Amino acid sequence: MAMKKASRGLSEEEVEHIAWLARIELSEEEKKLFTQQFNTIIDYFRVIDEADTEGVEPTLHVIDLTNVFREDDVEGSMPTDMALANAPRKERGYFKAPKIV
Amino acid sequence: MKNLGEAVIGLETHCQLTSLKSKLFCGCSANYRGRSPNTLVCPVCLGLPGSLPVLNRRAVELAVMVALALKSKIPERSLFFRKNYYYPDMPKNFQISQYDKSGGVPIAVGGSMSFRVDGEERTVEILRVQLEEDPARLLYPGSIDTSPYTLVDYNRAGVALLEIVTKPVLRSPREARLFLQRLRSTLEHLGVSDGGLEGAMRCDANISLAGGKRVEVKNISSFKEVERALEFEITRQRSLLARGKGVAMETRHWDEVKRVTVSLRVKEEEHDYRYFPEPDLVPVVIPRKYVDEVGAAMPELPDARRDRFIDEYGLPLYDAEVLTSEKALADFFEECVRLGGDAKKVSNWMMTDFLRWLREEDLDVADSRVTTQNLVEMIRLVEDGTISGKIGKSVLREMMKTGKSPREIIEAEGLLRIDSEEEISRLVDRVIEEKPKAVQDALTDEKAVNFLIGQLMRLSRGRTDPTLANKVMREKLEALRQRKP
Amino acid sequence: MPEPYSLSAREVSERIRFRELSAEECVASIFQRIREVDDDLHAFVSLSESSALERAREVDRRLREGKNVGRLAGVTVAVKDNICTEGLRTTCSSRMLENFLPLYNATVVERLLREGAIIVGKTNMDEFAMGSSTESSYFGPTRNPWDKSRVPGGSSGGSAVTVAADEAALALGSDTGGSVRCPASFCSVVGLKPTYGLVSRYGLIAYANSLEQIGPLAGDVYDCALLLSVIAGHDVRDGTSVDIRVDDYTKSLGDDLRGLRVGVPKEFFGEGVEEEVAKIVWDGIHNLEELGASYEELSLPTLRYALATYYLIAMSEASSNLARYDGLRYGYSEKALAEDWSKTFSRNRMTGFGPEVRRRIILGTYALSAGYYDRYYLKALQVRTLIKEEFEKTFKGFDVIVGPTMPVLPFKMGEKIDDPLALYMCDILTVPANLVGCPAISIPCGFVHDLPVGMQAVAPFFREELLFRVGFAFEGRLRR
Repeated sequence: MAMKKASRGLSEEEVEHIAWLARIELSEEEKKLFTQQFNTIIDYFRVIDEADTEGVEPTLHVIDLTNVFREDDVEGSMPTDMALANAPRKERGYFKAPKIV
Repeated sequence: MKNLGEAVIGLETHCQLTSLKSKLFCGCSANYRGRSPNTLVCPVCLGLPGSLPVLNRRAVELAVMVALALKSKIPERSLFFRKNYYYPDMPKNFQISQYDKSGGVPIAVGGSMSFRVDGEERTVEILRVQLEEDPARLLYPGSIDTSPYTLVDYNRAGVALLEIVTKPVLRSPREARLFLQRLRSTLEHLGVSDGGLEGAMRCDANISLAGGKRVEVKNISSFKEVERALEFEITRQRSLLARGKGVAMETRHWDEVKRVTVSLRVKEEEHDYRYFPEPDLVPVVIPRKYVDEVGAAMPELPDARRDRFIDEYGLPLYDAEVLTSEKALADFFEECVRLGGDAKKVSNWMMTDFLRWLREEDLDVADSRVTTQNLVEMIRLVEDGTISGKIGKSVLREMMKTGKSPREIIEAEGLLRIDSEEEISRLVDRVIEEKPKAVQDALTDEKAVNFLIGQLMRLSRGRTDPTLANKVMREKLEALRQRKP
Repeated sequence: MPEPYSLSAREVSERIRFRELSAEECVASIFQRIREVDDDLHAFVSLSESSALERAREVDRRLREGKNVGRLAGVTVAVKDNICTEGLRTTCSSRMLENFLPLYNATVVERLLREGAIIVGKTNMDEFAMGSSTESSYFGPTRNPWDKSRVPGGSSGGSAVTVAADEAALALGSDTGGSVRCPASFCSVVGLKPTYGLVSRYGLIAYANSLEQIGPLAGDVYDCALLLSVIAGHDVRDGTSVDIRVDDYTKSLGDDLRGLRVGVPKEFFGEGVEEEVAKIVWDGIHNLEELGASYEELSLPTLRYALATYYLIAMSEASSNLARYDGLRYGYSEKALAEDWSKTFSRNRMTGFGPEVRRRIILGTYALSAGYYDRYYLKALQVRTLIKEEFEKTFKGFDVIVGPTMPVLPFKMGEKIDDPLALYMCDILTVPANLVGCPAISIPCGFVHDLPVGMQAVAPFFREELLFRVGFAFEGRLRR
């Protein structure tokens, strides 16, 4: 394995913070394991630093399409009981979520 | 440069494109008000796995119109971005929106809007205009902080919004409110949005005073509330600064009932929205030619209409300003003139009693029941002497309440003007009979004469022609004086 | 007479049309076969036997009445479990969607049904399509029929196995970084990743939207071309689908490749590619030569960035695409509610998703986060441009680019599962086609130690017919 210049790498706290941004709770062991694995993976990803991208436009879409539209017409919606069919919790036609604060 | 304590206010207004029939990215009806929950949803606006958004063509057209009205620049190529954050009102836990950094291009950039504040013309600069989707509606049994759970209705999710962001150049809460009114009028004149619909125009404000940090205020439901919320904030911030305390940079929530802003204690890191280009939507290309076509077909804007009212109807600037401050008001006026009403007279009546009564009752023009036909007729009846001006006012009020025609009201209440000398003579006799002391005084004192005439008016419920009343009263008094030894 | 289940799609459809076999007996035969082998192989997550038989009877009825039946009438198709089938459980092999019933059919499913195809069930996959071995499925792995101690490849492992083991005549998979071609190679079947935008993604449960396509898997090239012809074409519900005329791809198949210019990148045979794999694919290339093609070696230096570029883009998009799974509208939700919505969502996602999915979501979130966006995500998009340009330049001088599909032979179960990066490395040869968007096919190329090896051919945009031509001719030659 070629020597890469020393990088700081991700800390467990950072991993915890990112997991929070992603709304995924992690156990302590997993936090440790993931941090290790992430650092190995990110280290590998850094190969792209070597590519010369000066003045290169990013590719957002691989096909050359533009202006794909639909007309402002109303189409039938689905019945409420269908919309709620997969919901674990519901009440009087609403989806039921835990409290906000 | 700010003086100590001078406020610097910016507004971020979300305007629903209520003239669209369907939502921004799917064919569900956008007409969600009054509908049962979760009846206007589909795989796309529910964010079901495997669903994909497709852009509403007319939304782009409306956005271009607004951009033109705001004199913004419309870039040739526009992109959609994802704004990623978690919240129960977000079906996908990201919002498809636009962005002006990281290579993002909103539908319009820059621009300005002018409006009058106390006779002075103010110009507010616009930062950007962008298209985005509305989140769902949340209901809490009780209030947000006590409710044990939250109910979610996705009918509103996916409705098209236009976000219009100003530079922080507004100088007072009142100015902010006037800006919003002007913006609403503009959008209504364009036929893009009916700002009067509940929730159609929502606004977040940010405000800072010299020496303090910027505070964002959310959850403001109407223009009046904007003014209140900002006034509260200024007071709160001034008091902190005066006591040598700092004003922290934060987001606060306006409580309309308690009339205070409350700190939301939101973690600053939560504002990492991780914007990136929406892979499921290809770029929108808006050529110059298309912009010109849209511009040519655009409805008349408030400023142009105001100028036309001055030219065409000979109205003074102030009147024209007031009448064009709301599209419904201007429409009402023009329709009256079209029906044969005299422009100046219609304008006078509308700007005084009509508007006053609307403001008192906190109603929109659309809510009052008087028709243009009725107003024109009422004015005609006053002009040709059938009823007095005073009666005209009460007839107007009655028309606004009941929607009845002037004739109906006059007949029902017997409000015809009394202009026969015979009848007035009888009324004068009654007054003389009822007020002997005043009559005595009136022989020498002018003030008492006016008092008697006033009594006559009261007795006749204002129907008496004032000139005639005056003449007859004085004649009778003269006759009395003559009889005295 | 061979068992109906072992017949190709072409044969089944012809025999049914000529009333030599009934659709019902063909379908019954398939389910009999499934009962025989699937306890072992575990290619399926869900089966829909009764509705399949009912549809088969309907096909027979229509034929008896002389009515029109579709191009795939009576032909059995297995559908990867990340493609929505109305009323039929669609799980993405994840606990998160264990009981999810889609409320609509994916466009490709509608097209299959319109042509009389019989959907037999939903196939096992790596969870949310993230993997190259089908080992990360919540329901347990699928086994390679050629050696049951080995992986079938992934993430469309189940789909490839159904075709390889005659559990269905045709199958649909999805390919984000090689997920159709990899299992095709490992199971000795034909698998194609179409040009981006050729096949509608409406109803494909998204992993990485700018990279993925639904692709056909079949026992031979003709069948693969037939299936693509049915599912390809513009869809108004997919804003990235291209409005292009779709041909009948079976018409372009022939026996010789005269005039075909084949490019062989040395990077496709570089470090990480097993020698035995390289050798057998080179044999394949020489076969192409004997069929009339000419080949030349070339270099694609940007390929060294391809894997990192792919994963950065895929993980970033995935972190956003999978954000919707919070257990509120559908999906896994814990019995007890946590103190607020945020905690509740986090718990549901911790339990509902397996480790690889959670890893990729977190890494993707990181790559998009403030301070890292330019360095990782944006940079990856720029490198993607470099790779794309290099391919476009290459296609000016060559008709197709050829090499091995996989750098390794099918490996043993459990061999790479604890080393995520090692598993990612399996994709080095397949990801370039996803990054660029161009079509790529994997065709069986032979066996080493009785284990299948696939040869990959990559063509310019919308030139699928070139790939089928190469595949068909090569297939014919191998048979002889």
